[in-house]
Amino acid sequence: MMPTIIDKPAETGEPTLRTDVLIIGGGVTGAGIMRDLALRGIHSLLIDKRDLCAGASGGNHGLLHSGARYVSNDLHSAIECRLENEILKRLAPQCIEETGGLFIAVEGDDPGFAEKFPEFCSAAGIHCEEISPAEARRLEPHLSEKLFKAYSVPDATVDPFRLALENVAHARLLTNSIYRPHTEIISFEITDGRICAAICRDNRTKCIIRIEAKQYINAGGAWAMNIAGKAGCTDVNLLYSKGTLLISHDRMTSRVINRLRPPADGDILVPGGTVSVLGTTSVQTDNLETVRPTVEEIDRNVLEGAAMIPALATARYIRAFSRVRPLLQSSESEDGREATRGFSLLDHTSQGLSNFCTITGGKLTTFRLMAEKTSDLVARRLGNSESCTTDRVPLPNGDACRWTEPGAAPRYWYKANNSEDMILCECEMVPQSAIDEIVKCAPGAEEEMTLEAIALRSRAGKGPCQGSFCGIRIASYLYDRGYYHDKTGLIHMRDFFNERFKGMRTVIWGQQAAQMELAEALHCGLLGLDSLDDE
Amino acid sequence: MKEEARNFETDLAVIGSGIAGFAASIFALNRKINCAQVGNTGAVAYTTGYLDLLGSSEELQTPIDNPWEGLEQLKKAQPNHPLSRIPAADIRKSFEQFTAFLGECGIAYTAPQDANITALTPAGTLKKTLCVPATMAEGAKAFADKIPCVIIDFKGLKGFSARQVVANLKAKWPELTAARISFPDMDKGEIYPEVMARALEVPATRTRLAELLKEAAGEVKVIGVPALLGMHNPDLVRTDLERLTNLQIFEIPTMPPSVPGIRLREMFEQVFPQKGLTLIPQQKVTSLTFNVDGAFLKLSDNYGPITIHSKAVILATGRFLSGGLDANITGITENLLNLPVTQPLSRTDWYHDEYTDHRGHAIHKAGIEIDSSFRPLCNGGKDGKAYNERLFAAGIILAHQDWIRGRSGAGIAIATAYKAVEAAEKFLNFHKVKSNVE
Repeated sequence: MMPTIIDKPAETGEPTLRTDVLIIGGGVTGAGIMRDLALRGIHSLLIDKRDLCAGASGGNHGLLHSGARYVSNDLHSAIECRLENEILKRLAPQCIEETGGLFIAVEGDDPGFAEKFPEFCSAAGIHCEEISPAEARRLEPHLSEKLFKAYSVPDATVDPFRLALENVAHARLLTNSIYRPHTEIISFEITDGRICAAICRDNRTKCIIRIEAKQYINAGGAWAMNIAGKAGCTDVNLLYSKGTLLISHDRMTSRVINRLRPPADGDILVPGGTVSVLGTTSVQTDNLETVRPTVEEIDRNVLEGAAMIPALATARYIRAFSRVRPLLQSSESEDGREATRGFSLLDHTSQGLSNFCTITGGKLTTFRLMAEKTSDLVARRLGNSESCTTDRVPLPNGDACRWTEPGAAPRYWYKANNSEDMILCECEMVPQSAIDEIVKCAPGAEEEMTLEAIALRSRAGKGPCQGSFCGIRIASYLYDRGYYHDKTGLIHMRDFFNERFKGMRTVIWGQQAAQMELAEALHCGLLGLDSLDDE
Repeated sequence: MKEEARNFETDLAVIGSGIAGFAASIFALNRKINCAQVGNTGAVAYTTGYLDLLGSSEELQTPIDNPWEGLEQLKKAQPNHPLSRIPAADIRKSFEQFTAFLGECGIAYTAPQDANITALTPAGTLKKTLCVPATMAEGAKAFADKIPCVIIDFKGLKGFSARQVVANLKAKWPELTAARISFPDMDKGEIYPEVMARALEVPATRTRLAELLKEAAGEVKVIGVPALLGMHNPDLVRTDLERLTNLQIFEIPTMPPSVPGIRLREMFEQVFPQKGLTLIPQQKVTSLTFNVDGAFLKLSDNYGPITIHSKAVILATGRFLSGGLDANITGITENLLNLPVTQPLSRTDWYHDEYTDHRGHAIHKAGIEIDSSFRPLCNGGKDGKAYNERLFAAGIILAHQDWIRGRSGAGIAIATAYKAVEAAEKFLNFHKVKSNVE
């Protein structure tokens, strides 16, 4: 194990960080690799140009697939999902809710497909049990009366933020590995077929940082092609598929509900704590940086979702979001839905590099396996003969990581019964002590943390008010504790509301419109956050 | 409890209990019009107490120092804006009458001046407004003169941090400092402005608080505190604390729902019935119909159904928050009469991509159209035909304004209420004359 040293050479200017392995990309895969390597005694540095789960890892249903989703068109992925589902349920129960899942066919869906479904599942070894429509509607009263076929499968839900935070926290504990947010790769220095340094920029301070490692891993998800390109590699070929999802104000079902048909728009509804997540659409895109939901995508998801669950047509939605899935380009098909959901590990030897690899594609459910394969390659290259243990060693439960779980904050608060510990986010009952713990010790914690970074590490701002009130209260608390000390705090506030708004813009109708009017009256009308620059 | 149907007869019914509704009732009282006010309590509890006329240009977001000049500019840029349709002299008169009424009823306000006041916010930002409660006026002066001052907050009162106020004003106001004290008998756990305000109505609490304030102020002679100095007699509470401490004290608004808003609401609820106005707050009007004799409003409260028969009606039901307008997935509708709503073509156009976009959002300019007598128009105003001769409208339900970005909510509410009542009175007088002749 090699400690990280920060040098500040007097003349050359830029500080240098040193590590065994540099991992680029703070999605669940990057976080998983960090822990996998640490369990083998390897020190790593994980960087992300934004923050943990800023890409597809944080913008999905939060579905831990049983594999049943892929049985009809991608048997290999279906089997991988099944195996990983079982491992994660066993080793990371704190990140998982074992909800179970239903596949349902409604009037208009292909009865032939519905009939063949158990056969498909059986081929992948997935447990699938037919239940009567009446029984299905007894279990989930919101299901459509037009339902004619239902199967139960072992789907579950997973909190990707908790998962990433716990992986990073464990790696820190094991080998003092380091996570560094908002650090973007600019270029690689390459000599004799080896990368000898990565030149990065701190996107907050705008400082240039030099990172020297023995091995470099590109776990950039949808950005993997761009990152590989910076090292001159042309062997990463991705399709970008934009998916848009909505979050309802209430939890509509207790189980994951899948439409029993080949994958299409608006056909999965996944519960998550007190809400449900509906999606998704799939549109090919070239744009990685400014993907946003459109009104058309929202209306399409609602329309399709309502075929399974009519109440979705009139439900209150609090948020919508879009992310880009990195799909591996296959020669036969160019369609995003048809492209494989499998992953790919490229060792880049064909590109003349011996210490660089790229892992991409795949899905949340298979992140551990992706990390295992990558770490196997990198450990071998480092001459480390330890084998992977992430399929045996339980994921520890870190105190500073627990705040992303819905219901964790209120549970803690009631239990602690400390009246001095005031609730700052009233929708999700996040107390002052949670904010203190996050600011002091959560992975990626910094002296002056943005409200976005705090929200990512907790449930703050995830409730019906979407941070309109708690953003003000938390900022006020951070000023109070001296973390914020000038107008920058107001800018953090404004940026946080702007960021939350991106997710609200397309679902502002009904009660959300009233909520939004009040929020804007407060933020702009009273506090003047719309004219901070003019003062 | 036995339910009993009740009927009221009145000349003017005001629907809505926001600033516009209350202002309409005040102007009706001033004109000796027999009046009833009904409808959900609007967003009054969310007001800071500041009465903005025009604090910012809607589309440029530049602060406006002189709102009267601002109104001239507005007239040129946005002739459809409700404030562009009202002579400045009437706007001034409406503010004078409104603030004078509040003062007579126990909540003193500064009168409208030629220039806006630069007032303080709980985040330590500044806000241009026309009239402020007397309890807050000294804060604006202290800032203007950069007088040495201590901002005091309370342990357990969240959302108001003196350190935050100071951190953001320090550069402009060097001799500003922060201090924290415990409120008497409330030194454990979370405490709430409303409870503190009511506690300060008791002289003994004031005496004890005065000691703590003196200690926190040290050598400094001016202090700012969150707005919680009393509920029914804020001026008395403040004056008494000033006497006890020998300090100059001012209030800074807190996060809503805030005490200054609740003060106004409770004051109206107490004063209006005494002045002979029928007030049925907190209840939603379920139907409004018209026939040749007048309008019929139906609603119900805990004691049973109520019907109000009125010769004229002012619709001041507000926007989305107060329930006057509904934003549906398919478009914006008016809640009570399904009046046509001027609005963007599609939901896609309601909001810009960025929340704090300087231009403001199109959804806020949606609303109902009125004629020169403040009568709502049917048919989207295309043929200029009024929905009904007995119906008038006031407040932020009106189209072509963005009260949030214009910092003009109270201005639109008060000035349009003034004009709507004026027009309603004209209508009532005309019919009185007519029926006398007949």
